[in-house]
Amino acid sequence: MMSVAQQNGGSRSEARLLSAILIVAICLTLAPVLRLFVEGVTDQGRPSLTLMRDVLAQPSTLSALKHSLVTAGFGTLVSLVLGAAFAFLVALTDLRAKAALVFCLMIPMMIPPQITALSWTQIMGPSSVLLKTLGIAPPLGAPQPLYSPQGIIFLLGIQHMSIIFLTLRAGLRSIPQDVVEAARISGAKGLRTWWQVVMPLTLPSLAAGTAITFVTALGNFGIPAMLGIPADYATLPTLVYQKLAGMGTTVLAEVSVLAMLIGAVAVAGILLQRLCQSRQRLHLVGSTSRPLALPLGAARLPVEILLWAVVFAILVLPMFGLLATSLVPAYGVTLRFDTVTLASWYEVLFRQPVTSRAFANSFGLAAGASAVLVMICLPLAWLMERRKTRLARLFDSLLDLPYALPGVVLSIAMILLLIKLPFTEATLYGTIWIIFLAYLARFFAVMFRPVQASLKQFDPAMDEAAQSVGASLYRRLRDVIFPLSAPAAAAGAILVFLTAFNELTVSALLWSSGTETLGVVIFNLDDSGETGMASALAMTIVFVVIVLMALIQLFSRRFPKGVVPWQT
Amino acid sequence: MADIDLSSVGKTFAGTPALQDITTRFDDGEFIALLGPSGCGKTTLLRILAGFETPTSGQIRIGAREMANAQTGVSLPPEERNIGFVFQSYALWPHMSVWRNVSYPLEIRRFSKSEIARQTDAALASTGLEAYADRMPSDLSGGQRQRVALARCLVSDPCAVLLDEPLANLDVALRATMQGVFTDFHKRTGATMVYVTHDQAEAMAMADRIAVMDQGRIQQFDTPQTLYERPKNRFVAEFVGRGTVVPVQEVTQAGGARQARILGAEVAVQSARAEKQVSHVCLRPENLTISESGDLRSKVARVTYMGGKYLLETVTDCGARLFAETRARFDVGAQLGLTITTPWAFSED
Ligand SMILES: Nc1ncnc2c1ncn2[C@@H]1O[C@H](COP(=O)(O)OP(=O)(O)OP(=O)(O)O)[C@@H](O)[C@H]1O
Ligand SMILES: [Mg+2]
Repeated sequence: MMSVAQQNGGSRSEARLLSAILIVAICLTLAPVLRLFVEGVTDQGRPSLTLMRDVLAQPSTLSALKHSLVTAGFGTLVSLVLGAAFAFLVALTDLRAKAALVFCLMIPMMIPPQITALSWTQIMGPSSVLLKTLGIAPPLGAPQPLYSPQGIIFLLGIQHMSIIFLTLRAGLRSIPQDVVEAARISGAKGLRTWWQVVMPLTLPSLAAGTAITFVTALGNFGIPAMLGIPADYATLPTLVYQKLAGMGTTVLAEVSVLAMLIGAVAVAGILLQRLCQSRQRLHLVGSTSRPLALPLGAARLPVEILLWAVVFAILVLPMFGLLATSLVPAYGVTLRFDTVTLASWYEVLFRQPVTSRAFANSFGLAAGASAVLVMICLPLAWLMERRKTRLARLFDSLLDLPYALPGVVLSIAMILLLIKLPFTEATLYGTIWIIFLAYLARFFAVMFRPVQASLKQFDPAMDEAAQSVGASLYRRLRDVIFPLSAPAAAAGAILVFLTAFNELTVSALLWSSGTETLGVVIFNLDDSGETGMASALAMTIVFVVIVLMALIQLFSRRFPKGVVPWQT
Repeated sequence: MADIDLSSVGKTFAGTPALQDITTRFDDGEFIALLGPSGCGKTTLLRILAGFETPTSGQIRIGAREMANAQTGVSLPPEERNIGFVFQSYALWPHMSVWRNVSYPLEIRRFSKSEIARQTDAALASTGLEAYADRMPSDLSGGQRQRVALARCLVSDPCAVLLDEPLANLDVALRATMQGVFTDFHKRTGATMVYVTHDQAEAMAMADRIAVMDQGRIQQFDTPQTLYERPKNRFVAEFVGRGTVVPVQEVTQAGGARQARILGAEVAVQSARAEKQVSHVCLRPENLTISESGDLRSKVARVTYMGGKYLLETVTDCGARLFAETRARFDVGAQLGLTITTPWAFSED
């Protein structure tokens, strides 16, 4: 401690506060992951790999692993094609209304996967209200085409194309115009500039985006659960869910091994992404000039029409499906003027005790997690920026783990950690607190990174000025640091709220009667055939999501660069 | 009451020394300028005084209080030193009004409401900012912002004020005005001020004493006049006032006066009494007169018009470059004679 204070010259109270908050943050985020790892490699307290070998040898494990890799792999491919096409066109050409396009392309990422799955099933298959109304529904008895590996792949692709789009667009925007102009002056034409200059420069960001998309698709629970379970097609996350839902905590040790298996594949992806990103940094040096805007000429209008048509197809059409389903009295009835009814809406929003409980739970969890994370992340990000101790740097490189790792992994880790609190007989499993703590761990990075980005641009003299007039650490935090990083903290808090409000994967494994979240309720309503009510609830949530996103967008000009995720 | 004492202060950043063995004393109420080329350690010295950095060796006392001591590990945090700091970037808090920026130090010290109001108004008045009290910092000009920063650091009556290139972001005209503001302020309050700059004219115009620094060491610490007229070594001679340093031969001592052969000419030189031997002299335009009969033959290499006079860069027959000033115009390539009058000599190894 002494030597740390020596190095940086600040006050010792900073070092003490940093250590204290750092310990809390590490317990919150890294302890569960560590606990899971220990569980996998021990048997009743002794190091042992027998359990791991047994579970890995089961045929169900192997087929789920195969299914996971296939759906995540091909899903990533779909994301790659869609996201890359959009990114190239939006970042490099002179399309109009880019901001609106970018905003719309971000919506799929923010809409929870179970709602994506629900909405798409409403515009396909024999019982689709929309298709029936339009008179183009397949005959009764025909299979729902989405209840298949292809359906899962397609929806995973749409759900995660925003990730590819964002990372690639950021990479493309950092290519200075003069690099391309230099190539042109040297005589390179059209496609040649493209292949020999633009592509090599963007390859690292493309690879990084692909890796992280794969990890996210691998961890996705909502889509394979809604589409795969009816088709009896299990991926690793749904296998864990089914085992735990069927047999309870007796299979905890077994599902831990499964969780570690997902975790291991995910960590490989994360490492690949880090590697690519560090290589990308080389290219970014000193690029400050205007971003590219290649003229499309006569092709501009057709390209614009095509892009907006795709946006309509993946965003608006499924919403119409949801809306249609939510407005008919019973599933399968056609929508006509005389059949329109708000009964499902009324029932789900005002009558069902489960939904109002879920609203309260989700709202409380999301708001509570945002508030607590602001309290932890603001001082922590500031202190870590001021004094870069070795522990702080290590934590900085690991804190994304609970968010990047699939939600199933974190849930199992949380159960292991909290099912029996040390030195007591008490358990948090089955209470709302286990969900709350899991949210804190999972969304830590969502809060921390924007705050960190804004504090990096903060002039340290601002703090030193306060220090030189005698302000104590507490006063400086309260009067200078907090007010100045408030916009970033607000953006981070809204993002945490948004993601937590819609969250399904973690709560699907951690909920019990009385602690349902909105994600769980939609999932259960759909599972029990109450599609109308599920659709009405889903529409409500989509509405909340878009309002919150618009709110961030509205204030985005006041946020420092790097705070709003879709404005890189 | 608040002399600043440094004894063998050193600072190393990851193995490379930024400050080495600084032992000096700034007297109470002095206006000190720290002058030196970029990277010589001026900012580092100031930040160590303020407490933002801790020295790796040596100790610092202000008045009777020990501020930092590398041996015992004592280091008073900046907030307990009662030192004012004016930043090059002003470092005004953008979310507070001018009035709140200035009153904040008093708020920290838990003064009563009326006392805060009284002192804040006084500080604003003394920097001519009464009319701007309710503005936000973003609505002020650069000079006004700098004055707010000054008012903020004065209001708490610090025992010393440290200023790190406070005028570097301002244009030339505004700089002159602000120099006036600083000197007036210093006269009125009598606070010890340590002022970092790399503008010599600024340092000469404002400071009681100037510490010329190079490579982490103080090369000379004297009044502006002494610094200019009696440089201690080659670095100071060349850095201050663009002197040309040339070696001397055949030094002869006759009583109190010294004679030496400089570039082939026999010249009387001045030097510090303590200096046993001298090896070099510093030649400035004032030491050179142009005359037909001058015994130092040289050729004009470049002519710069300085407004009312010309600066000639000449090359002597033996290859030395000397700067001379003249009211008459010469052409490049013209031959002329130079006479050297009483240059300052020092010893340099
Ligand atoms: N935090 C730091 N870490 C490492 N090296 C540093 C640090 N701060 C300063 N230095 C080094 O110490 C030396 C002195 O730096 P300092 O900022 O004191 O120079 P300066 O005289 O203020 O220069 P300038 O006139 O350009 O402001 C430089 O070589 C600099 O690179
Ligand atoms: Mg400096």
